[in-house]
Amino acid sequence: MLDLIKELFSYSFIVRALMVGVMVALVSSLLGVSLVLKRYSMIGDGLSHVGFASLAIAMALGLAPLQVSIPTVVLAAFLLLHISENSKIKGDAAIALISSSALAIGVIMVAVTTGMNTDVCNYMFGSILAMKISDVFLSISLSIVVLILYIVFYNKIFAITFDESFARATGIKAGRYNMLIALLTALTIVIGMRMMGALLISSLIIFPALTSMRVFGSFKAVVVCSAILSVSCFFIGIATSFAFSIPAGASVVAVNIITFITFTVIGELKKRVGVLA
Amino acid sequence: MNILSCTGVSMAYDSHVVVSDVSFALEAGDYMVIVGENGSGKSTLMKGLLGLIKPISGKIEFYGLNQYEIGYLPQQTVVQKDFPASVFEVVLSGCLTTKGSKIFYRRQDKELAQHNIARLGIDALKRKSYRNLSGGQQQRVLLARALCASERLIVLDEPVNGLDPIMTGDLYSLIAELNHAGLAVIMVSHDVKSAVQFGNKILHMEKKPLFYGAKEDYLHTDICKRMTGGEIYA
Ligand SMILES: Nc1ncnc2c1ncn2[C@@H]1O[C@H](COP(=O)(O)OP(=O)(O)O)[C@@H](O)[C@H]1O
Ligand SMILES: [Mg+2]
Repeated sequence: MLDLIKELFSYSFIVRALMVGVMVALVSSLLGVSLVLKRYSMIGDGLSHVGFASLAIAMALGLAPLQVSIPTVVLAAFLLLHISENSKIKGDAAIALISSSALAIGVIMVAVTTGMNTDVCNYMFGSILAMKISDVFLSISLSIVVLILYIVFYNKIFAITFDESFARATGIKAGRYNMLIALLTALTIVIGMRMMGALLISSLIIFPALTSMRVFGSFKAVVVCSAILSVSCFFIGIATSFAFSIPAGASVVAVNIITFITFTVIGELKKRVGVLA
Repeated sequence: MNILSCTGVSMAYDSHVVVSDVSFALEAGDYMVIVGENGSGKSTLMKGLLGLIKPISGKIEFYGLNQYEIGYLPQQTVVQKDFPASVFEVVLSGCLTTKGSKIFYRRQDKELAQHNIARLGIDALKRKSYRNLSGGQQQRVLLARALCASERLIVLDEPVNGLDPIMTGDLYSLIAELNHAGLAVIMVSHDVKSAVQFGNKILHMEKKPLFYGAKEDYLHTDICKRMTGGEIYA
C-alpha cells in the first residue's frame, strides 16, 4: 500500500491530477449538499452533458476547450436554474430534454469531424492524463473562491436551502444565491469533467451529500462529512484506478457507491437502535 | 395604533387575478384570522404582505415595523420533511433578519434562539434532527424560528394542517398565549370554528373579501352561520 502511494506521487501527471481532483471533490461536495437538498441534482447532470457538447464543438472548431465550455456551461446553468424555479413547466422533463439534446449534438459533432478517437473517449469517461499545469492553477483558484464564499454565506445558504420562502421573507435575496450556486456548479463541472468524464462528473456532486444524509441529522455534520467523504473516496478511487488500470472517473464512482451502501446500512442500524433505546 | 394596513390590494399570477381589492388594518396585539376555501387566495395575500410577490395594485404599509421583521410560518413543503438540520440550526436561522449584513451569528442571536426554544417547550429537542420530529413538534420549531425573526408580528399559514386534534389544540393555545403576551398574529385557516374562537378580527376571502371586521360582527353574518352550522362559539 505504501509502495503504491509512493509510486503514485513519483509521477508528476498523477500529482497534478490529485491536486485538481482533491479540489474538485471538495468543492463539488459542498455545492452538492445544496443541490441535492433543493432537488436540483438534475442540473448537475444536465450541465455535464452540455459540457460534453461544448468540448466536442471546441474540438471540431479547433478552439481551446475551456474557452468554449466555460461560457457555454455557465449560460446553460442559468437556463436550467430558470427552468427548475418555474415549476409551471415540468422542470425535470425539460432538463432531461436539454441534457440528451446536448449529448446528441456532441455525438454528431464528433461523428462528422474527428470520429470516435481517444480524445473523445477521454471527454466522456475521463482521463487523469488530461490535467495541465494551467488546470491546477484554475482549480485551486476556483476552490479557494468557492470555499471563501461558502464560509461567508454559510448561514444564508442554510436558510435558503432549508426554506426559501422564509429566507426571502426575512429579506435574503435568494435568487442571487441560487445564481451563485449555479455559477459555481458550472465552473466545478467544467474543471472536473475532463478528469472524471462528462458522463460521471455529476456523481461527484450527488453521492457525498446523499451518503452523508443517510447517517447525519444536522446540516453542519452533513456538510463536513460530505467534504471528508468526497476527498477520501477520490483518493481511494485514484489509487484503485492506478492499481487495476481502470479509468479514474469510473473507479471514483465505484468507491462512492460502496460508501453509499455502507452508510445506508449504518443509517438503518442507527434507526433500529434508536427505536430500541 | 396600526402596525400594518392594506388598501385595495390586488394580486395576480401572470395577469390571472387571484386576490382582488383587499383592505384591512392590523393593530398591535390583534389576532386576525383569514378564512376561506382552498384556492381563495389566502396564501397569495400572505406572500404579498411578506413582500414575496408584488401586488398589481393597492398599497401595503407598515408603521414602526420593517417588512422584513415579520415572523413567517409558511404552508409546509415536501422538501423540508427529510431535511438534515438540527432543531437549533433551524430556529437560529430565524435570526438572520435582525443580523443585517453580519456574516456569523452573534451571542445575542444564539441567546434569542435559546430563549424561544425554551418559550415553546422544545428544549429537550434542541440537538435532535428536525426530520425525526412529529408534525406537531416540527410546527413548534418553525414557530420558534418565526419568533426569532419578529417580536411584533407573526404570520402563520395553515399552521395546524396535518396535525391530530390534540396537537392542534396545543398549538392553538400556544399561539393564543403569545398573542396575550403582546404579539400581533395573522393566521390563515380554513377552519372557521377555531377562527371565531381565537381571533378578534376576521377576514373571509373568496378572491375578494366577503367579510372583514370584528369577530362579534362576523358571528351574525349568514356566511359565518353557514360555515359553522349555525352554532355560536364566542
Ligand atoms: N405559483 C402560482 N402560480 C400560478 N397560480 C397560482 C400559484 N400559486 C397559487 N396559484 C393559484 O392562485 C389561487 C390562490 O391560491 P392560494 O393563494 O394558494 O389559495 P389558498 O391559500 O387560499 O388555498 C389558486 O387558484 C391557485 O391555483
Ligand atoms: Mg394556502
